[in-house]
Amino acid sequence: MADYTAVPLRRYYAIYTAGFFIFILVLAVLERYGMPARWIGYSFLFLTIFLYATIGVLARTASVAEYYVAGRRVPAIFNGMATGADWMSAASFMGLAGTLYLSGYQGLAYVMGWTGGYVLVALLLAPYLRRFGQYTIPDFLAARYGGNPARLVGVFATVLASFVYVVAQIYGVGLITSRFVGLQFEIGVFVGLAGILVCSFLGGMRAVTWTQVAQYAILIVAYLVPVSILSYQVTGIPVPQLTYGLVLQKVQLLEDRIFDDPAEIEARRIFRERGDGYYEKILTLPASLDDERLRLTEQINELKSSNAQMRDVVALERERRELPKNSEVARSYWDKLMRQAMQRGAEPEHHVTPFPTGGEAVSDTARLNFLSLVFCLMVGTAALPHVLMRYYTTPSVREARSSVFWSLLFILALYLTAPAYAVFAKYEIYSSLIGSSIAQLPVWVSAWGKVGLVSIEDVNGDGILQLVELALNPDVILLATPEIAGLPYVISGLVAAGALAAALSTADGLLLTIASALSHDVYYKIFRPDATTQWRLVVSKSLLLVVAVLAATVASQKPATILAMVAWAFSLAGAAFFPALILGVFWKRANAAGAVSGMAIGLLVTIYYMVRVQVDAIPWLGIQGIGMEPWFGIQSTSAGVWGVAAGFVTVIVVSLFGQPPSQETQEFVESVRYPELDGS
Amino acid sequence: MRLGRRQRDYWQRNLRMTAMLLAVWFVVSFVVSFFARDLAELTILGFPLGFYMGAQGAPLIYLVIIWWYARYMNRLDREYGVGEGED
Repeated sequence: MADYTAVPLRRYYAIYTAGFFIFILVLAVLERYGMPARWIGYSFLFLTIFLYATIGVLARTASVAEYYVAGRRVPAIFNGMATGADWMSAASFMGLAGTLYLSGYQGLAYVMGWTGGYVLVALLLAPYLRRFGQYTIPDFLAARYGGNPARLVGVFATVLASFVYVVAQIYGVGLITSRFVGLQFEIGVFVGLAGILVCSFLGGMRAVTWTQVAQYAILIVAYLVPVSILSYQVTGIPVPQLTYGLVLQKVQLLEDRIFDDPAEIEARRIFRERGDGYYEKILTLPASLDDERLRLTEQINELKSSNAQMRDVVALERERRELPKNSEVARSYWDKLMRQAMQRGAEPEHHVTPFPTGGEAVSDTARLNFLSLVFCLMVGTAALPHVLMRYYTTPSVREARSSVFWSLLFILALYLTAPAYAVFAKYEIYSSLIGSSIAQLPVWVSAWGKVGLVSIEDVNGDGILQLVELALNPDVILLATPEIAGLPYVISGLVAAGALAAALSTADGLLLTIASALSHDVYYKIFRPDATTQWRLVVSKSLLLVVAVLAATVASQKPATILAMVAWAFSLAGAAFFPALILGVFWKRANAAGAVSGMAIGLLVTIYYMVRVQVDAIPWLGIQGIGMEPWFGIQSTSAGVWGVAAGFVTVIVVSLFGQPPSQETQEFVESVRYPELDGS
Repeated sequence: MRLGRRQRDYWQRNLRMTAMLLAVWFVVSFVVSFFARDLAELTILGFPLGFYMGAQGAPLIYLVIIWWYARYMNRLDREYGVGEGED
């Protein structure tokens, strides 16, 4: 087919990108002439979704190979771009810069983990999966480990890790549309759903691939433009990745000055005192809860009798209403507030300081957590099915190898920029926001304050903004950068379009992965091996629709717990797949019993650790007091460290106790390892 | 199928290169980060070295590792006469 050779493709996408730039320029000019911000938001939203829909419809297909693996004809460079878009989610696009802003060096664990995982993909997985050349990851597990038990565990882990992840993407779409276009959150979620379905419904992997390439172009332009302009304004050179080292030095000087400012020290002390207050209350439960209620009632009565403002009375009444119902709830509620207050009152860390400096033990635990998070993110990257599946789509093993290179190159364009975002934002905020009068803060502070992403509390009552008095949600760093740099609204619209592209492209890939696992692995391979090609596609498309609607329904409930669970997806995927996949290629002796038990144990250990470290009680199951101290202080997001280790040990031990795999399986391993050589 | 000497050879060379590159990956990711506190004294492009390695150094080295592996293996394929039906 003509559209699969690289040269015309490059031309199409070059024209497309140029067209997108012209579109931005036209909007910029229209904004000059008074086009309202809301219309600019609408133009970006609907034009980009229309674009993706067009590609989705043009790439419709009725062939199974096209539907699942894009006909295995995607050139390496385009597969790299599609993988980039597939990989970079709403969290990478919106959250990473903010995480780096808030946690400095510690945040680099994400940069290293999410890029270093591709080394494992390139060296240990992609070429072998491509040589195997089927459709899904459970396909590989079934072929290597003789049949359906391995396939089913694989399907279970695929659906578990991907569904949590896809809900978070659709949630992200809802946030973006509600913030930038002013749609209601629930409506935004379903607009996003439509945007996802037009890409993947008719054309499967083939359509998803080509829309992802288009989405990559938009998201990377949207990510680079604001920070490049900011870099130009601050340093005169529009290459933020190179210039932010110098800005970082300025930030350090600012930090020195701000951290030692007497007003800052005073504000931090007030926060610590507040934390002590909560601690006191927790110790004196349940009496303290009654005292609290009494105190509020007295205040309310006093205000009422003194003719005070109605607003103040209402606020206090709400506070009384929202007091914890019993001492158990009060304990965890106050404990959370105490931790928050203590954290804000703690000695601040410099942006570049690796691992907190508060004593050797604290610092060593932080280092251990940093290293284990890097490990989990890397192994998870090399085990997430929606990423691995993309390497089935290249024309050859050789292209699969270079395709990983292109993937990482395109991904680095964003990940090398994220730390620069953090540093430039920090420079702007520290140099012009901190220390200014709270009554005269720039417009963006109050605008983002309204949606709860920025909050300011003048604890020491001096009317001046201290650093500790400013609380930022991580997302705001990226979203507000255009406004911080004083750029026109069209750039904000562009950023929103980029965030939308990042969320939609990842959601597409994930949905397709879930639908393939259910339709191909469960329905076709296990229940109806005699199903016709046409029927298989019908089943796959219906499942895609069902899963998509299900995910959107869950997302529209704004599930806070699901969002926290996204970080867990990496540990889950890593523990379930990594040992079985790696040993499947590199250790012929691994057998079916070993792999199935290894995957199951890996998953169970990970889930066990996460649940017990993270939660203390599951009210709807009537379980209480299951919380435990983390082992070696490792946080629940890095639970995969234990899961992966347990997985490897189990696969090896159980395999050694059982029979070696059959001759047939051994030959299968050889066929995955070696190309057809002359003279064999 | 019986494995020929050439096949075993090909696999050995692949394994050796994989192990070498994984060692580099390990050092860059874990050993360097482990000593990040001690590397803070040195600076490069205005960055403390420990920070630079996490933010740019390590990711760029990952890219080189992948590029090197693809090049090496593609050459190995050619040397052993496996073109797999493309250019």
